[in-house]
Formats: sequence, C-alpha cells, structure tokens
Amino acid sequence: MDFAFLGSTWLTLLSGLPLTLKLASGAVSCGFVLALAVAAMRVSGSRLLSGPAQAFVFAFRGTPLLVQVFLIYYGLGQFRPFLQEWGLWPFFRDAYWCALLALSLNTAAYSGEIIRGAIGSVPAGQIEAARACGMGRLTAARRIIGPIALRQALPAYSNEIISMVKATSLASIITLMEVTFIAQKLISQTFRAVEIFVCAGSIYLLVNVAITRAVWALEWWLSPHLRARPREPAALEAAHA
Amino acid sequence: MPEPVLSAGAIRKRFGHLEVLKGISLDAGAGEVISILGASGSGKSTFLRCLNLLEVPDDGRIALGGEAIAFKQGRRGPEPADRRQVQRLRQRIAMVFQSFNLWSHMTVLQNVIEAPVHVQKRPRAECVAEAEALLAKVGIADKRDHYPAHLSGGQQQRAAIARALAQKPEVMLFDEPTSALDPELVGEVLRVMRQLADEGRTMLVVTHEMGFARDVSSRVVFLDGGRVDCSGPPAEMFGAPPTERFGRFVQTHR
Repeated sequence: MDFAFLGSTWLTLLSGLPLTLKLASGAVSCGFVLALAVAAMRVSGSRLLSGPAQAFVFAFRGTPLLVQVFLIYYGLGQFRPFLQEWGLWPFFRDAYWCALLALSLNTAAYSGEIIRGAIGSVPAGQIEAARACGMGRLTAARRIIGPIALRQALPAYSNEIISMVKATSLASIITLMEVTFIAQKLISQTFRAVEIFVCAGSIYLLVNVAITRAVWALEWWLSPHLRARPREPAALEAAHA
Repeated sequence: MPEPVLSAGAIRKRFGHLEVLKGISLDAGAGEVISILGASGSGKSTFLRCLNLLEVPDDGRIALGGEAIAFKQGRRGPEPADRRQVQRLRQRIAMVFQSFNLWSHMTVLQNVIEAPVHVQKRPRAECVAEAEALLAKVGIADKRDHYPAHLSGGQQQRAAIARALAQKPEVMLFDEPTSALDPELVGEVLRVMRQLADEGRTMLVVTHEMGFARDVSSRVVFLDGGRVDCSGPPAEMFGAPPTERFGRFVQTHR
C-alpha cells in the first residue's frame, strides 16, 4: 500500500469538500423551505393547492436527479434569449446555481412527502384538543402539530440529508470541482482509480457519520417524552442514603 | 328563569345517510351538572362535540352566555360564519376527552399553561402559579414536570382536567372521561369531578357512570336514537324511570 499517495490524494480531495458541503447544506436548507410549502399545500385540503404540489412531487421523485441536473443546466440553455430578457441568465449560466437548484427541487419533493407523512401521523386527538381550547390554525401548527411532526420526521429526514450529501457528486458532471470531480481528475492523471475512489468514498462516509450523530443527538434532545420516566426524587434520595 | 350559560336548540347532525342527531335541545343553567346518558350510538358524544363545534351541526342553534354562534351556508353544508368567534367561544368552553389527548411533547405543567399563555395571552408567571394550584387541586402537583407518557391513565385524565380548568371556562364538557380508564383508576377522576360539581361549576358530562349521574348531577338527560328520550332530576329519573327505554337502560347499566 502506498500510504504516501493515499495521504496526498486525501488532502487533494479534501479541497473539494467545502464545495460539496456548500452544495449539500444549500440544497437541504432551500429544499426544506420548499418542502414545507409542498407539505402545506398537500395537507391544505384544497385541490387547487394540493394538485400542483402532487404534480411537482410526482415529476421530481419519478425522474433521476442526473436527468434533472442535465435538463436545468443544458436544457434551459436553449431558452437563453428568454432567460436573458427576464434577467435570469446569469443564474442559469452558472453551473453552481443550476446544481443547487436541481438538488433543492429534488430534495424538496422527497422531504415534502416526509413532512406530509409526519404531519399525518400527529394523533388526531391532540389536534382536536388544540382546537377545543380555541387555538387558531397557525398557533396549532406552530405549538402542537409542528413540534410533534418534527420528531416523527427526523429519522426519515436524516436519510434525506445523507442522500443529498451523496447526490452532490452528480454536480461533478456539470464541471463543479467538488470531491468527486477532483477524484476523476486525479484518476485521469494517475490511473489509480481504486485508491482515489476509496479516498473519495471515505470523505463522504465521514461527513455522513457526523450528520448521523448530529441527528441522533437532536432526536434525543427533542424527545424527553419518549425516554424512560425520570427517577422520582424519593428514589434518588433513597439511592444516596 | 335566568339566562342559560349554554343553550343548544334543535341540533341536527347527519353522517352520510345516518342521521345521528334528530333535533336535540338542551339548556344548561349556571352551576348545573348535567349527565348525558344513552346507549352507544345514541348520539351523546356527537351532541357534546357539536356544542364546541368540533362537529359542525347541520341545523340548530348554539349560544354561550346569550351570544349565538353565527352560521353560514358553505359548499358542504353549514359552517361557522366567523372562525374567530368560534375560537373565542371555545376558550370559554373547556373539554375533557375520553382519551385525555394531552399534548405528548409537553410536560404536565406545559400542557396546563399552553392555552392560557398562547391562546388567551395571559402573563406567563401568573399562569404558572395558577397551574400549580390546579395541579395541587387535582392531586398531581408532584407530576408537574412529567410527560404524559410517564403518567397513569388516571393521572393523565386529572392533568387534562387541570388543563381544562386553566382556561377559566364558563362551561366544562366531559366526553366519557372515565371510559378509557382501568376500573381502579376511575374513582380518582370521579372524585375530582365531584369536587368541581360541588364548587358550582357548570358541567355537561357524557358518561356511563350511573353512580356519578345519580349522586352528583343536578339533571339527567337520556338520549335514544338521536333524540332526548327523557330528562329530569336524578332522584325522579332513577326512582321511577319515566320511559320504558330508560328503565331498561338503567337495568342493564347497574
């Protein structure tokens, strides 16, 4: 094993990590906001709102992310005069923004469904109790439905965050110099594909381990009501005696 | 006769082809404790849920302290004309549910102060002090920082009663408050309810507890097939059942 080569490769690949993280965090943040809107439209009960949301989810969940990246980056280039007229060209000309848009829309479709499912799992009785004490819809969403749904959504949502980190590697094919792009470049120079991809894979792995741990911690912190009952003060005193 | 606190007139409700309520009228005066009895499917829970608009009646009148709830004709039948009015009135009618429905992500104390602080917008410190007094009153002061999942059914229901009291309601609705409890836990909840009745609170109680209906309530209403079959003071009702149906009901629910 050529540890010196592995070490230098790892360091070189690491220079792509900031872009990878920027794409992933940007996509997850924008996607989350969009997902909230999608979920809100889906549960609104109005067909006028839930219809478009459903179509959006159907389209972005049913097609490969790679195709979406291509369509946005290369496809929209065909409408350049139109985009220029609207002043949107600087945005769609830039591979970074195109990748971010594709990733955001994709995760919004998946996360929207996760959030919708979580909202649906909030016990009806607890929503009823909120209505019965005179709570308005917004207060109930903020105080009761949101917090309960958030706890429900976290495990599935952490999966989605992890897939997004991995999905940023697709940005390499539209020339963004993130981890995978650098890996491919190194391979074309050295032809040592196995070592380089092992290094690249380990970087993604480390990031995802960190994310998994962070979500676990968040889940634990948000779920005192699901943990074992705290010990009674009396029992504690007895234990000290 | 003084103005009733809560007045319901000719309430009708149907679910699909099934007409559950066929015109039920009931006035609750201040301090009255009304037990609503009936076989399952007689419409008693639906009637109670109509009073705070958890179910919207198809027809009829509801008024709280003389203020009538305004209805308009919606696409799918009548609906409240003004959602804010309903929210305002619900703050004055507290409800206790069969399955407690405490908010699972909040401690007992947080449950109790939720409506006062976030709906009625009263100062938090004042609400906490009141909540502690209420929890002491229902006998679970030591559970204030516990989550509902860590309490027994009887403790949860008493917490739910404290939560209802925290609204400072003019009327309290109880929807089969002891039906989900193990038999040995029923007593502790009934004791709290009896205490509330003794304080002169206006209560409407859908229940299967004949003992409570007979000993605590000031009036018993017996529903059958979506109508009021008979009603009256418990002594008369249980002493000499006015209708054959109620007689049979009492026989089977000893």
